[in-house]
Amino acid sequence: MTADRRTLTHLDRLESEAIHIMREVVAEATNPVMLYSVGKDSAVMLHLARKAFYPSPPPFPLLHVDTTWKFQAMYEMRARMAEESGMELLIHQNPEAAERGINPFDHGPLHTDMWKTEGLKQALDKYGFDAAFGGARRDEEKSRAKERIFSFRTASHGWDPKNQRPELWNLYNARKNKGESIRVFPISNWTELDIWQYIHLNNVPIVPLYFAEERPTYEWEGQLFMADDIERLEKVLGYRPEITMKSVRFRTLGCFPLTGAVESTATTLPEVIQETLLTTTSERQGRVIDRDAGGAGMEVKKQQGYF
Amino acid sequence: MTDTTAAQDVIYRTDALIAEDIDAYLEQHQHKTMLRFITCGSVDDGKSTLIGRLLYDSKMIFEDQLAALESDSKKVGTQGQEIDFALLVDGLAAEREQGITIDVAYRFFNTEKRKFIVADCPGHEQYTRNMVTGASTADLAVILIDARKGVLVQTRRHSYLCHLIGIRNIVLAVNKMDLVDYDQATFDAIVKDYATFARSIGIESFTAMPISGFRGDNITTRSANTPWYSGPTLVEHLETVEVLSTADADKPFRMPVQWVNRPNLDFRGFSGLIATGSVKPGDEVRILPSGKTSKVARIVTLDGDLEQAVAGQSVTLCLAAEVDCSRGDVIALADNPPQAADQFEATLVWLNDEAMLPGRAYWLKLATQTVSVTVQQPKYVVNVNDAGGAGAHLAAKTLELNAIGVAEIATDKPLVFEPYAEGRTLGGFVLIDKMSNATVAAGMLNFALRRAQNVHWQALDISREAHAALKRQKPRVLWFTGLSGSGKSTIANLVEKRLHAVGKHTFLLDGDNVRHGLNKDLGFTEADRIENIRRVGEVARLMTDAGLIVLTAFISPFRAEREMVRGLMAPGEFVEIFVDTPLEVAEARDVKGLYRKARSGQLKNFTGIDSPYEAPENPDFRIDTTKETPEAAAERIVNELLGWAPTI
Repeated sequence: MTADRRTLTHLDRLESEAIHIMREVVAEATNPVMLYSVGKDSAVMLHLARKAFYPSPPPFPLLHVDTTWKFQAMYEMRARMAEESGMELLIHQNPEAAERGINPFDHGPLHTDMWKTEGLKQALDKYGFDAAFGGARRDEEKSRAKERIFSFRTASHGWDPKNQRPELWNLYNARKNKGESIRVFPISNWTELDIWQYIHLNNVPIVPLYFAEERPTYEWEGQLFMADDIERLEKVLGYRPEITMKSVRFRTLGCFPLTGAVESTATTLPEVIQETLLTTTSERQGRVIDRDAGGAGMEVKKQQGYF
Repeated sequence: MTDTTAAQDVIYRTDALIAEDIDAYLEQHQHKTMLRFITCGSVDDGKSTLIGRLLYDSKMIFEDQLAALESDSKKVGTQGQEIDFALLVDGLAAEREQGITIDVAYRFFNTEKRKFIVADCPGHEQYTRNMVTGASTADLAVILIDARKGVLVQTRRHSYLCHLIGIRNIVLAVNKMDLVDYDQATFDAIVKDYATFARSIGIESFTAMPISGFRGDNITTRSANTPWYSGPTLVEHLETVEVLSTADADKPFRMPVQWVNRPNLDFRGFSGLIATGSVKPGDEVRILPSGKTSKVARIVTLDGDLEQAVAGQSVTLCLAAEVDCSRGDVIALADNPPQAADQFEATLVWLNDEAMLPGRAYWLKLATQTVSVTVQQPKYVVNVNDAGGAGAHLAAKTLELNAIGVAEIATDKPLVFEPYAEGRTLGGFVLIDKMSNATVAAGMLNFALRRAQNVHWQALDISREAHAALKRQKPRVLWFTGLSGSGKSTIANLVEKRLHAVGKHTFLLDGDNVRHGLNKDLGFTEADRIENIRRVGEVARLMTDAGLIVLTAFISPFRAEREMVRGLMAPGEFVEIFVDTPLEVAEARDVKGLYRKARSGQLKNFTGIDSPYEAPENPDFRIDTTKETPEAAAERIVNELLGWAPTI
């Protein structure tokens, strides 16, 4: 990013804000961690963290709350990024969910609750993290649009949306009582387009699934999915779904049986961005999770401790 | 569906370029600047609807959201069968239920020229703190007025807050013009009314426009319904108004240090966000508050060293000489640095249900500095509600939730600062409650008090060490705290007798005795209790300077004040002794008959009855008087103290 000019662009300002937030947390929290989900927002977060503390490596570990149902390509990217950044990578899989064989087909909302919400709480408690960076953005969803950058959680990880701390200028109050923790969202003010543009300008590495490619797909409950692990799918479903090869890509990445694919021919970043801008449905539309529990799905999940 | 014909051909749609030449579009988007603005005004003035309209017209609403919006509008909307845009913005379940905005919602949209972040602020007075949160980062404020209702209390309140927080671009959007038949006289009357008010509180200029968020008039396209209006549309204005933050680059260089970057012995960098000005390698800089100077050697980033960095950039600076510099310090232009002071006049906006307590110590966070601060009784509070007397100063003893007032504050360490009017970063602060950790107030420094600069500490030749050495003891404050009737005075008295017997120089400050003299002007309200303890703490400190072992027996019910006294003393000198007698036991003893009076209502604010006692969390001594006699307790305290330091 060139600096020999007086006016900063919106991306300069957003980058600078995120770096400032990360440094405040490192200066004031005792045991911070960065949640890493391997998606494009996580990729940008990791890049920002490396910028914020360069030449030091970011002084906190990465934590992946794994559901065991992510795309293979995501697991590959996770290993690569941990190595490149020189950061410690912690992986947590909820042992209870593993034991009970919780999966997205048989258990619906329970899958997210057990693997992600409970898994996250377990991991935070296990390592005693008092501040966790998350890549949530305010443009994603209505209750997120209301959340502070420093978002407080009670000792039981609850969020009280009606009683958030005032947050003035760029002054963040990171003080908390024992047992309480903070979720920090450095890219709160970024939009999906900003994320893409930043990845484009900074050559931030992302999982290839964001680009269109011929992939094995199947239909389930009216949506198109990728058969990332056909053997496992068959085992859980009890039948082998009909596979069609289609040129598809993903707008967001999560568990492969829960992340809808879109038919696409976009193979370069500008093409992906073009498609994103011309699309007529919102980013989270491909995610089954937000549609649970009616209009307030995400708010309820957040109150229960979901990121 | 509502009438969206105006929206169909909006001027700032960029679909064409996206589809035809994505690279050109990205190039254009990359160079956009950013404008952050807020919408505020009274309840039901249509703020959320306006934002919903802006998002809708700028194609920031997707088909799935639109489908949900249409069905929600029919179910819970307030616009009959038509689209209720407010539902797009009010995201919390409680908000949708009640049809009101509780917290700030941040929304985003782009035009060809700019990226916008809108903070939709709540109208209800009880959510003022959320409104202030939104305003503090805004470059511009859109103040909405319902054309049918005119200027209301909240219009005035929000205008005052916007002005106070330093927003210099104000748009007066007279909304719901469709409901007054686009009547020019109505518009003109409201503008005239607002102008009178605006002048009275110091707003120099504002831009007024007649709009309908619901119908889309003068939002993106000039409305045929208001031929008498020749000014810009709302979006045209937002796209072209000058962003204030560019002015920050022309001020002198200041960068508060956030974090010292020290990966190995060969690298030492100071990381921070440049608040104002610009910096280049070779620039002479000064570290504050120490005043030491150095030169900038490098501006380090992951993408390579920079030739120059400007206000708004997060960077890491390496200095030429090894100078002491850490978090909280400010790196500034060497020959034009900011000042440091420890007493100020400040404007405060109180944001907590629990009112401000004069004399109580709070944390103050300003830029990257956190210090302990006490706030005096306000000089005045500002009346922003009353139509006639807006801006008038009223006397007040404290600041209640949502009050705006001016008070003197004193910090325990010098603070590097600038008046808020000269720089937000070194002039804006928050106050944090030391017990609950809540952010209780937002503040703006007006100026440093001259007495802070002119009263210098007189250096004395006989030091406190010399006083203590002559007495052959280590000065201490033995602070007895506990309920009335817990046995504090009895035990303190026994301890003093024992210390005296072994030749120690002591003095006992007793609560009742001090209230007969030094503190006879104080009552028993929370504020008076705090002042009582502050004075006793200062007296105890003077006595330790004289080399004495001071014993104090005060209920001292609040942790914050005991911590304040601890902060006055040298490390290790303050010894907290908790005389832990359960309320039932103390009440049963009732030596002075006070509990009986308090129970019958003759005595107000009595600790344990109608005023709280905050027990120490980690006292140096805890005496359970139901298990240990006063004599045994005194013996234990003296033995341990003598054991800690044989020469005490």
